[in-house]
Amino acid sequence: MTPVETDVVVVGGGGAGCSTAWHLALRNTRVVLLERGLVGGQASGVNYGGVRQQGRDPAELPISARSREIWQKLKSLIGTEAEYVVSGHLKLARNDEEAKDLERYLEVAAGYGLELRYLPEKELKQEFPWLGPKVVAGSYCATDGAANPRLLAPAIARAARDAGADIRQQAEVVDIAHDGDTFTVATKEAVFRAPVLVNTAGYWGGAIAERFGEPAPISSFSPNMAVTEPIPYFIVPNLGVVGGDIYLRQIDRGNVIFGGGRGFGDPERVRSRPSALRTMESFALALELVPQLKGVEVIRSWTGIDGDMPDHIPVVGPSSTTKGLFHAFGFSGHGFQLGPGIGAIMSELVLDGKTPTPIEPLSIGRFAG
Amino acid sequence: MPKYMNLTRVSGSQRPRLDFELDGARCGALEGDTVLTAAVMRDGYVRRSEFDQGMRAGFCWMGACQDCWVTIEGRGRQRACATVVEQGMRVKRS
Amino acid sequence: MTAAVAIIGAGPAGVRAAEVLVRAGVRPRVFDEGLAAGGRIYQRPPGAFKRSAKELYGLEAAKAERVHNIFAKLEKYLDYRPQTLVWDIAGKTLFTLTGGTAYGTETFEQIIIAPGAVDRVMPLPGWTLPGVTTLGGAQIALKTQGVAIGEKVALVGSGPLLWLLAHQYVQAGAPLAALVDTTSFAAKARASAAMMAGDAATTLKGVYYTATLRLKRIPIHEGAVPVAIRGEERPRELLIKDGKGRDVTIACDAVALGWGLKPETRLADIAGVPFDYDEVQQNWIPVREMSGKTAVQGVYLAGDGARIGGADMAELAGARAAWAVLGERGAFVDEDEVNRLERALKKEAAYRDVLDKLFPFPSEILAGLPEETVLCRCEGVSIAGLKRTCAADAVAMTPLEVNRAKAFTRVGMGRCQGRMCGHTASEILARELKCGVREAGRLRAQPPVKPVPLVPVTTEALT
Repeated sequence: MTPVETDVVVVGGGGAGCSTAWHLALRNTRVVLLERGLVGGQASGVNYGGVRQQGRDPAELPISARSREIWQKLKSLIGTEAEYVVSGHLKLARNDEEAKDLERYLEVAAGYGLELRYLPEKELKQEFPWLGPKVVAGSYCATDGAANPRLLAPAIARAARDAGADIRQQAEVVDIAHDGDTFTVATKEAVFRAPVLVNTAGYWGGAIAERFGEPAPISSFSPNMAVTEPIPYFIVPNLGVVGGDIYLRQIDRGNVIFGGGRGFGDPERVRSRPSALRTMESFALALELVPQLKGVEVIRSWTGIDGDMPDHIPVVGPSSTTKGLFHAFGFSGHGFQLGPGIGAIMSELVLDGKTPTPIEPLSIGRFAG
Repeated sequence: MPKYMNLTRVSGSQRPRLDFELDGARCGALEGDTVLTAAVMRDGYVRRSEFDQGMRAGFCWMGACQDCWVTIEGRGRQRACATVVEQGMRVKRS
Repeated sequence: MTAAVAIIGAGPAGVRAAEVLVRAGVRPRVFDEGLAAGGRIYQRPPGAFKRSAKELYGLEAAKAERVHNIFAKLEKYLDYRPQTLVWDIAGKTLFTLTGGTAYGTETFEQIIIAPGAVDRVMPLPGWTLPGVTTLGGAQIALKTQGVAIGEKVALVGSGPLLWLLAHQYVQAGAPLAALVDTTSFAAKARASAAMMAGDAATTLKGVYYTATLRLKRIPIHEGAVPVAIRGEERPRELLIKDGKGRDVTIACDAVALGWGLKPETRLADIAGVPFDYDEVQQNWIPVREMSGKTAVQGVYLAGDGARIGGADMAELAGARAAWAVLGERGAFVDEDEVNRLERALKKEAAYRDVLDKLFPFPSEILAGLPEETVLCRCEGVSIAGLKRTCAADAVAMTPLEVNRAKAFTRVGMGRCQGRMCGHTASEILARELKCGVREAGRLRAQPPVKPVPLVPVTTEALT
């Protein structure tokens, strides 16, 4: 097989990988993206669709802010906004302990310029009278929202292709080698050679890092989600809770999407399935937040495979062992909102050797030794 | 003749009569009628489509097409084709 | 107590499976969505609505009564759960919903999945109007509710049910506007010898139904193509191209549609049974051996839910699957009976093959439908909406198969989860992508099998 010579090979076509290919192509870089299945097929495509900054780990907030700038311009940049709506994000507390947690986060957010509005019970219930009696406080972020995850990664991939990137779907990487200068990446059909390799392989990114002598303690997880039949639209903000055991939003077509806990995933066979028991547990938790959803029919449940790091924040940055290797994986359930910004950051790391966005806390080096 | 589906009885009309409530209004039925039959006999439809705003009057009549969901007091959401009318039952179409 | 055997469905397959198991001393749990056993083919009217078997089932009355009587005798030896949907299956656990409100779980060692079939329909302009039903729907309305779907009913489709239903409507005194068969008379005439050789009794029934309709001077169009159903609040007229290609307008107030059946396969899919595209039946079917055994240990399939074969074959397949279950459990297996069942199944299958080839799904009609035709009734997705995602200028990358198309367009994503539109979505996609239906794929099932209510559930009580 005659190898395909290129500047950058990106492994993994989720939101982060597609965005990386797109940003590199925009800067006239030759880039090949290799995706085992279809772009956006796993965590990027089957997640809950929350697009929020509120509640993020401080280490993620700068990337999140960067990403939000891209989200706002998506339509003009890639031809679709992927049903992105700035509907607000309302994080709820169901007891005093959780309310204190919301209050503590206000200061964190303020330090990063993220505007939040704390709502004690009375104001909260005035503004959102459909909230249940168990909810005692809320924190509202007006600039957050939600989007359709099924549309984003494929749309970015198309923008990348239009900008000149070579997007290869159903191209599973079977071998990666490095001779000190050049990576040789083989699929069943072709071989690619490039001085730069970007690892955006989600849960499977852990194995790629390990291949280059920097193990990352990643585990797979499958967020358990479901959707109801359409009902009249009334839940405008995207809802979350302290602790994250339930999240819920309604789209303007009327369907209510909710999730919490984990389904079952088998990353070896790339198979996952939702847990009926956890879906039913989510019923009770969802009804605590919005009691009037009682009796609405649930029509579908699903999950996918994501990678979770022990500290629940991703690995983003250059490899600590191998020149030309860059990582962005293990998004721990946060990749959908971060994906677009990650691409911008990775393209800077590859082409400029640095990025204005602080990413040091996300270095893979934090797991060394 | 109803404006929508022209459902027509052709046999078994000698059954005892029942009354139930359809969107707050009294609706007659025959014992053994499903909610779908009784609602469509009266108004020619059983629900309104969320996306094209057109009326629907069931399609498969066997619990597969999911196009006849109604709300029944005390029982929640039910398929009208699979629910037999009972005296005094309260049915909402929306 | 011995480990449980579960049966899904109490139609002809489920009832016969239960019979074999009970005789062998096993007490099966029978989960049935219906109010009473019989399935859809031998469905009885609810409670007070008493009708004779002859009135209900016509020439099939004896068979229907036999299935009902068998189940009546069995009932005290099995655990019958009517009005119970099995909405998910994980390993050896079933998740149930009874009466649309009460959640439960059950475990099993072996399961026979026999949930039957639904009409195979295709979209037409106007098919969402009140007064348009499936052929099966029009039949159930007549049989179990004593109602005709209109006063001038047009029947459209192909296959045995089309002619049987026409006969039943005429017998019931419900006027027919027309019978529109997409299969030509010539094709049927050519196949008649093979059909007589395969199953003379069944074929003669078909001839009898056809003859009565011709005697009653019902307008019959064979080799015709349906074009549109027109009307504002309900059908006013049906437009077709007749067998000679002429435009014909049929005044009517109701239309029933159906081109044979497709298996209800969601539970088998969720259980992990592999699927294959059946080129003869033009349906995706779960792969099983003649015994009903699948690649998933303990999971067996029978009846139309495995592959369309009709009620007689379902009875045989149900019994055969039960023997296979007994074999797995190490119980005595009557090999002579198994051989008899398999011989009968093979004979039925040969006849079925003739029928399937005679009445193909006329997917070429889909190519001529207007783009604005609603394809997905639940989500209101048009044919154009599906095709747009295939076009090069789409906002997303080309969908490579139907699940991808679903993700982009919401086709098959509504309450019925693609039961009504999934197969036509695959057919349309295959035409757009210039590939086979096999390559266009099938919609994968996701739990719940049918909608389940969002109510507080104490999951501790379930496990």
